[in-house]
Amino acid sequence: MKVAYWPGCVSRGFTPELHGSMAKIAPLLDIELVALDRASCCGAGVIAEHNPELADTLNARTFALAQQAEGTALMMNICSTCQGAQSECQERLDASAEYRAKINETLAADGLTYETGLSNKNFLWLLVEEMGLDELRSRVVRPLTDLRVGPFYGCYIVRPVTRLGIDDAHPRDAYLGQVIEALGGTVTDYAGAHKCCGFPIITMNKDASLKQAGRHLGDAVDAGADCLVTPCPLCHLNLDLQQPLAERVVGRDLGMPVLHLPQLVGLALGVSPSELGLQRHVVKPTSVIDWTTSVVGEVGAPSAGG
Amino acid sequence: MAEFTLRLRRYDPESGDAAYWEEHTIDLEPHRSVLEGILQAKNRDDGSIGIRCSCRAAICGSCGVRINGRPDLACHTHLDHAKKHSSDGVIEVEPMGNMPVIKDLIVDMEAVHWKKIRRVTPWLIPKQPVPEREYVVPREAMVDVTQSMACIQCGACVSDCLSMEVDPEFIGPAALAKAYRFVGDPRDDQHFERLQDLAEDPHGIYDCTHCFQCIDACPKGVAPMSQIMRLRRLAGNDFAIEDRNNGERHEAAFVSLVKQYGLLNEAELLPRSYGGDTPLAKFKPSAAAELTSSLPAIAKALLRRKVTPAAVFKPHKLAPADRAEVKRIYETVEGRDERVEFNIYISGRDEDLT
Ligand code: SF4
Ligand code: SF4
Ligand code: FES
Repeated sequence: MKVAYWPGCVSRGFTPELHGSMAKIAPLLDIELVALDRASCCGAGVIAEHNPELADTLNARTFALAQQAEGTALMMNICSTCQGAQSECQERLDASAEYRAKINETLAADGLTYETGLSNKNFLWLLVEEMGLDELRSRVVRPLTDLRVGPFYGCYIVRPVTRLGIDDAHPRDAYLGQVIEALGGTVTDYAGAHKCCGFPIITMNKDASLKQAGRHLGDAVDAGADCLVTPCPLCHLNLDLQQPLAERVVGRDLGMPVLHLPQLVGLALGVSPSELGLQRHVVKPTSVIDWTTSVVGEVGAPSAGG
Repeated sequence: MAEFTLRLRRYDPESGDAAYWEEHTIDLEPHRSVLEGILQAKNRDDGSIGIRCSCRAAICGSCGVRINGRPDLACHTHLDHAKKHSSDGVIEVEPMGNMPVIKDLIVDMEAVHWKKIRRVTPWLIPKQPVPEREYVVPREAMVDVTQSMACIQCGACVSDCLSMEVDPEFIGPAALAKAYRFVGDPRDDQHFERLQDLAEDPHGIYDCTHCFQCIDACPKGVAPMSQIMRLRRLAGNDFAIEDRNNGERHEAAFVSLVKQYGLLNEAELLPRSYGGDTPLAKFKPSAAAELTSSLPAIAKALLRRKVTPAAVFKPHKLAPADRAEVKRIYETVEGRDERVEFNIYISGRDEDLT
């Protein structure tokens, strides 16, 4: 399957292991990535907060570039926040021909036009809806037996339900659990799976932000999870990078590894933890690596901290 | 007629016992409401079941509860729908969250919801001099506030607000949507004062974590989060209020970094959110203090080669031609005399018209 691939900004900035692991596993899933390297930041809701038309135009430009990418079936992203921010703009663009024409007028200067009908799916949705869980299962070479994984979706990919196309036929808010099981792992239920990591207010109300991260991580610890998995790099920042600070705010040790979705899939496809960049995380994924004892030697994580 | 089972959360503070679950079987047609189910259980089995209701038609906002874990109006939820979305075929009803329970399904709206509503001065402060007859306002201006006026004060959004869950002092979705109702009203005389108050309050408009819960919770399509974003837009852009919570600085830094590079440069975003929208921000005392307090996380990230020094000093950016396109889009859109805000709630969708 050939897809117009939008990696987002954070996956190439603060969490390079996300883009890296996606690039590693794509060939193993027969996904051909045609990178949208001309496209701009989705705005993460902040540009829309500043000026909705600006966000709509920037994302319409991205959609137009995706529609130009030859031979691609759809556009794929690897970030819950990109999915939500882009879906919001697409919803407005698709709602009115008049509004769309106004936006396209701005794009016309660079010879671009957005037409309705582009399908933009997060890697998670693509796995379940385009590839199918049976197909995914058939490619697993190292099932995640006995690994207890807590799903963490990220707000932008589960709400609002109608905008994100979540219904009985497409229970997209349950897909992480389905994927974990298809990979041979066990789903850990805990209170925080669909809640907010707190990242959007980290610079505005740090205490409340870290309380959210700390609370969900603590709930996952209490529910017995070995690790969390998330399709959102911004959630990853608050849950992993900031975990030492979250521990201080909630006053307890957490030590909960957080994996990017392509990393979890990659482990089950037999890719080594170091190739997936697991050593780059702030919280050492010891519980995950113990489970893949055969490759523990390849993980070059410095022993300090964790 | 069909049989349904309700699992109700019971709690009587006077008994001294903890809350518990209790099941009741009811017989009603599937299209009847969960509220009617609860009332039948109350009439037939146990008159002591506590539930608040009045209109039974989704107008008065009295019957907010959580059904199968999600906030909604009991009178506005069909029994068959609720059963279908239950985890085990039993319709689970419990009181709303983020508010103290008075008894069973009744929460203390006064202690939380109404207190917060009063916090935003929920009445018009008229422009002076008051005209002899009515105020004359442009039609569009009033259409703009209809979405926030649709609120029936049910508290469903307050129940599941994720910022309030960790910060009970957060003013919250319903009250902030109400605030927009007056900030957006041309007859009101205190737009700046209202916005400054809500921007400077550490638990005001910048305390919303943008989680969309209130949008899904609201039975009336008020989309409180969207109203909060409009308040931020007005406060930061139009009234240039530089709040103490870094709200305006964060937005300005984000928007201008994308204009400059085409992509988000996170290594610059953090210092600029604290120190202001300039490359020198990281040397300002407020930013330096913040970076030092974040140091354990950043030092660890550096140790793991997660954030390389190169990433900090050489930001990723688009090719020059694409940066020029992005910049031109900014200039076109931001150069308009009036900001364009396409709101589907007001304009509808093309397919709705055909
Ligand atoms: S979007 Fe903001 S106001 Fe709405 S529920 Fe989330 S935190 Fe609360
Ligand atoms: S905004 Fe909606 S959910 Fe919140 S109180 Fe008003 S009607 Fe209820
Ligand atoms: S009883 Fe009035 S809204 Fe439900």
